Amino acid sequence: MEKKEKKILGMTQDEFRLFRKRYGIAMVMVAMIIILSIVSPTFRTAGNVVSIALQVSINGILALGVVFVITAGGIDLSIGSMLALTSVIIGLVLNATGSIPLACIVSVAATTFCGFVNGALIAKFNMFPFVVTLSTQLVIRGLGYVLSGGYSMSLANADFKMIGAGKLAGIPYPVFIWLAVAVMAYLLMHWTKFGRYIYAVGGNINAAEASGVDVFWTRTKSFVISGFCTGVAGIIMTSRISAAQPNIGVGYETDAIAACVIGGTSFAGGIATIPGTMIGIVIIGLIYNGMNLLGISSYWQTITKGLLIIGAVMLDMFTNKRK
Amino acid sequence: MENSYILECEGISKAFGGTQALADVELHIKKGEVHALLGENGAGKSTLMKIIIGLYKADQGSITFEGKPYSARGPADAMAAGISMIHQELNPEPYLTIAESIFLNREDVKKGIHFLDKKKTNERAEKILREFDFPKGARTMMEDLTLAQMQMVEIIKAVSCDSRVIIMDEPTSSLDSEETEHLFGTIRGLKEKGVAIIYISHRMEEIFEICDRVSVFRDGRYVGSREMEGVTTKELISMMVGRTVENVFPKQECPIGDVVFRVEHLSGKGFEDISFEVRAGEILGISGLVGSGRSETMRAIFGLDPLTGGKIYLEGKEIVIKSARDAIAKGIAMVNEDRKTYGLCLFRSLRENISLPNLKRKQKRFILNQRREKEEVLEVSKKLTVKAAGIEADAYSLSGGNQQKVVLSKWIMAEPKVLILDEPTRGVDVGAKSEIHTLMCRFAAQGMAIIMISSELPEVMGMSDRILIYHEGRLNGEVSRREILSGGVTQEVILAKEFGGK
Repeated sequence: MEKKEKKILGMTQDEFRLFRKRYGIAMVMVAMIIILSIVSPTFRTAGNVVSIALQVSINGILALGVVFVITAGGIDLSIGSMLALTSVIIGLVLNATGSIPLACIVSVAATTFCGFVNGALIAKFNMFPFVVTLSTQLVIRGLGYVLSGGYSMSLANADFKMIGAGKLAGIPYPVFIWLAVAVMAYLLMHWTKFGRYIYAVGGNINAAEASGVDVFWTRTKSFVISGFCTGVAGIIMTSRISAAQPNIGVGYETDAIAACVIGGTSFAGGIATIPGTMIGIVIIGLIYNGMNLLGISSYWQTITKGLLIIGAVMLDMFTNKRK
Repeated sequence: MENSYILECEGISKAFGGTQALADVELHIKKGEVHALLGENGAGKSTLMKIIIGLYKADQGSITFEGKPYSARGPADAMAAGISMIHQELNPEPYLTIAESIFLNREDVKKGIHFLDKKKTNERAEKILREFDFPKGARTMMEDLTLAQMQMVEIIKAVSCDSRVIIMDEPTSSLDSEETEHLFGTIRGLKEKGVAIIYISHRMEEIFEICDRVSVFRDGRYVGSREMEGVTTKELISMMVGRTVENVFPKQECPIGDVVFRVEHLSGKGFEDISFEVRAGEILGISGLVGSGRSETMRAIFGLDPLTGGKIYLEGKEIVIKSARDAIAKGIAMVNEDRKTYGLCLFRSLRENISLPNLKRKQKRFILNQRREKEEVLEVSKKLTVKAAGIEADAYSLSGGNQQKVVLSKWIMAEPKVLILDEPTRGVDVGAKSEIHTLMCRFAAQGMAIIMISSELPEVMGMSDRILIYHEGRLNGEVSRREILSGGVTQEVILAKEFGGK
């Protein structure tokens, strides 16, 4: 206490800055949970917790895919259309063969391939990811309409319904799938050579190349991962609505990208963590759930989400001191 | 005191961080003269010019322009006052017409409604273009012009702003001889109109052809001015050097082994017919002016730019390098001169930066062995005396010298056979510089073949076993350490070769 240094929560200013940088967004999540627990008794119930988890599972899987793209310095706007394509392919394969594994494999293979095309176009010809995925988004959406003839197909297969509706120990299957994807994403991003290359390419593409990183494949694979995850999310989504529809998934990329950004992913590339992204996903879930419980209209939810993204980006700017 | 000086700089000093870029320099330009500015790389020429046009602010000193105190807040401000600069790297707006670029920010507007009066602007442009016998019309897009024509538009723009002093930085570096002659014609015309030209060039013969007077800079200091009449190349070169090679370099002699690396007749963008070899334990110095093709050659060898011809041999076997990945796999590493662009991911940790080219060895099946990674990074960063808050510190938080040591660390960890260093001590403080030199000797002693590019003659002469000298994309001589130690080869000799002499 001799030195008169300002202390915040018992930390020096430097320590506090590091703490805020590392755990800032986690603190926001904790604060939201505490406030919601106080104002809404329903929020605290186990049932509600499970329902939040189920609600965020689809967006969660999408976000865990797209975070690789953003970290490598790209953006993927074709997620929503890929969801629709998955749905249509499942409908076609399932109604034709009745085989659930085949339907799942074919649809995920299709979106993974879409991701590959996105990535290859961007990395090979050095095109802007925004423009490329804005275009392929239209192509993929159109493909869904062409394949389905524009009609919605109802799915009579009860087993397939179980993917979205089934439960184990009271917890829905989609939540398990989401968590499994999270574990895989965590290992891939933080514990493999490939993850490092993603950070390097997004952080400084020239330095990555001069360090011997295969820039083309690293960028392409980031989109492949996004495509794969979207396929998985698409299966759950199709199962939950029990119908194959070419018009679903519109705007889903917004929430996925928002989750990444709120979770500390830098749009400039090179900075992101999987735990951060998970927190971003949960925060978006809390906004929907909390405001529903408090009876606030969904219009306000959208506004809140938008403001939160701006807030998160500003937080990123200030804590990382980027110019 | 003659009153004929149009621009007078007195006692100008400027420091960047710890390095003194300019120390008490002066420059006196007469009305209607072509005044050459001469000096080695880093002598402070560009810094002074940037101060004049307001890109930098001088720490000390005063500038007088047309008898009045002058200071510019930026290029636009300088231009309005009457001083323009034609940069070496032209930066045109490709999708504007000639007229639009000449009158950018000074467009004619219609009375009352303030819409653009394109007709009037075009007419004014046509008039000036005719004065300069420009071969294209005012409505031509800038992107359709040759480099020489773009440069001419810049000059026309400067004249149309009523510039009384025009600074030209290496104006002929991308012109052929015919275009150069045309430029000289224009310069003579401007001279007659009383415009003073500050002419920065490395080409002696041009300076003798076009300039009236010359000022020489060395190490951020003003050496002197001469009338071009009566001065010799030899005298100018001895003015440019004059630094003594003190024995501050920790060069250790170590046994030199077999030839490790050899290139034959390499050609590419900016260099031609380059052949040399490096032996194990040898430090091969490469000297030459900026733009003489030294860095370009090394970038091509490392696979960052394409080669158009020639062969590369490593340990006697011919190798083909198409990308940096190939080069690294073969055992070649390169520390680039621009470490922020090619060396580091600034917002990632020291640990990730150092292990980036070396991850293959640390991956077991699929998962990285991060404990071993940490140990190895700690070991190498200790060996190279990197000073940081820890290996998890972000690269941007380090000083220039420590950033450079991080870049070195990552390549030392890769255990290369050939280590290419492009300006390894640029922007590095004196202490770190000496440490980097010591490390270089240690790597050489371990049998690495080292190629070092440097713009600092004392560094090249103090550290190299052999020196290759570049001039305009070709090799123009080789000197050995013995010749330097015996005093047979001095800085003057090397600099003369850099300027094309025998």
